[in-house]
Amino acid sequence: MSMATSVRHHSVLPGFRLALGYTLLYLSLIVLIPLSAVFIKSASLNATEFWNIVTAPRVVASYKISFGLSLVAAAINAVFGLMLAWTLVRYRFPGKKLVDALVDLPFALPTAVAGIALTAIYAGNGWVGKYLEALGFKVAYTPKGILVALIFIGLPFVVRTVQPILEELDTELEEAAACLGAHRWQTFRLVILPVLLPALLTGFALAFARAVGEYGSVIFIAGNLPSVSEITPLMIITKLEQYDYAGATAIAAVMLVFSFVMLLVINLLQAWTAKRTGRNR
Amino acid sequence: MASSVALLDAAFSLLAAGGVVVFFLALLLILSTRVSTQSSRFDSRALRDPPLVRGLLIGLSLTFFTVFLLLPLFTVFAEAFRRGFAVYWAAISEADALSSIKLTLIAAAISLPLNLVFGVAAAWCIAKFEFRGKQFLTTLIDLPFSVSPVIAGLVFVLVFGAHQGWLGSWLQAHDLKIVFAVPGIVLATVFVTFPFIARELIPLMQSQGKEEEEAAIVLGANGWQAFWHVTLPNIKWGLLYGVILCNARAMGEFGAVSVVSGHIRGQTNTIPLHVEILYNEYNFTASFAVASLLAFLALVTLVIKTWVEWKAGQSRNLADSNAPADSDDPSCTVRVIPDAITKKGTLP
Repeated sequence: MSMATSVRHHSVLPGFRLALGYTLLYLSLIVLIPLSAVFIKSASLNATEFWNIVTAPRVVASYKISFGLSLVAAAINAVFGLMLAWTLVRYRFPGKKLVDALVDLPFALPTAVAGIALTAIYAGNGWVGKYLEALGFKVAYTPKGILVALIFIGLPFVVRTVQPILEELDTELEEAAACLGAHRWQTFRLVILPVLLPALLTGFALAFARAVGEYGSVIFIAGNLPSVSEITPLMIITKLEQYDYAGATAIAAVMLVFSFVMLLVINLLQAWTAKRTGRNR
Repeated sequence: MASSVALLDAAFSLLAAGGVVVFFLALLLILSTRVSTQSSRFDSRALRDPPLVRGLLIGLSLTFFTVFLLLPLFTVFAEAFRRGFAVYWAAISEADALSSIKLTLIAAAISLPLNLVFGVAAAWCIAKFEFRGKQFLTTLIDLPFSVSPVIAGLVFVLVFGAHQGWLGSWLQAHDLKIVFAVPGIVLATVFVTFPFIARELIPLMQSQGKEEEEAAIVLGANGWQAFWHVTLPNIKWGLLYGVILCNARAMGEFGAVSVVSGHIRGQTNTIPLHVEILYNEYNFTASFAVASLLAFLALVTLVIKTWVEWKAGQSRNLADSNAPADSDDPSCTVRVIPDAITKKGTLP
């Protein structure tokens, strides 16, 4: 901190030391010190013990379920989120602004509520579930149910990162492309998509990172069968309920490292977005 | 007789659920049509997609929207009112439900002011000053967003837990209980809602610069006066936006709170945990009834959010129309609300 203060430029505004000091203190007490407990506790295990816990077959199966389904959900959200953002920015239709306002619903609706509502819809006697089961698709209490929940919670991330970029897009380039004889699809693929790509990838990464850690909306619909529909956060809970604190902490350490990597990736993507669109965000 | 009563109740549940959802949607519609957008910019012929493509994209988007967003919202209310209003009322006015509501309010009432003060302090030093490591600090503030809620709960068990926590034996010796008690729930809530207000304020205050505050200081104001009379009026909409998002998450948090709560009915259950308990007891109607309180909260949050966007857009338009067309005179008295809060995209 003293280093930070010594290199700041001179400013007439007061309160820098107080504000920065309080920020660092509060950040350390609430976030950094508690999070460091995960790594310090994991360090009490030796390497073999740690490795055996985090590569146990049931745990590895949970990684495949969590990471695999989160990737699929993020990809589906990237497609439909882009489509929804495009529709909201470019077209006019009745109720458009209402749709726009409701896109944030998954941010505002608590995950447990989303979880029981989705389960009620997709269960065998639910409004959608009964038709899907008649067609031979069982959604609730299977990995497909997890996918549905992850799509629900991830959608706004893609829409809300792509939408502002689309709104500020320079239309002259598209007009020029049209003048030069390009079809709309060519214009979209060669002119619009390259500008949107960083934002789209950012939205994808945000939705993916969120989905991997998601717990509340998933556990109700998942069925939670070991190695079939058991997500990694639930593995941590299961270990905790068995008073296996070392096991829970080791798995948490793996997930935390993944979170840090995703945070780095998202930061790089955001810097790329800013560079590509000339925005300073 | 019994079947006609059941039919009546079913009709009532659909009507009530429809009524609630339609009321909020109408409110949202009225507010959202006031939020200004500039869609006319895209009316040029060169930008128009073929009608078939347009129809298909609108149709697909709306279907996706209805199935994935609207249907779950409607389901919560339809299930909650399924057995009539008396059953609904009994479920939310029962003693355990009331105590879970009380605990949720307490957790939100503690975490909101804490994160508000932090958000303002963090935004003040990051937006108004230059220092080394600023970008890194901003990234660290975002950290709780990318950590799984389950881990957010686990860390407090590792610090304060009775047998394995760092402070466990000391706390036990002094007969203090943090984990599996109310303080743990509050801590977990503070952790998961940590970045919300800071995240809203940092880009907003960065885009506003610091000239106005500097002018106030040069004219003799002290730091607090500059903050109260210059900064605060400029950031009020962003601040309100951050607070309502923070509140929605604080009241609805499930995973983190679930790990540190002892799941003791009537004592350490928040509303989402009470929903889970009722659901796992196959008491679905009561579970959805309590869940509908949180769905109400979500709808109110969205309504306030749309209202804030409208207000922020209004002050921006006012500023635009008052500003002299040919100059970008910084002394213009009406403050230009920057894009940061009128445009979306700053959410977690």
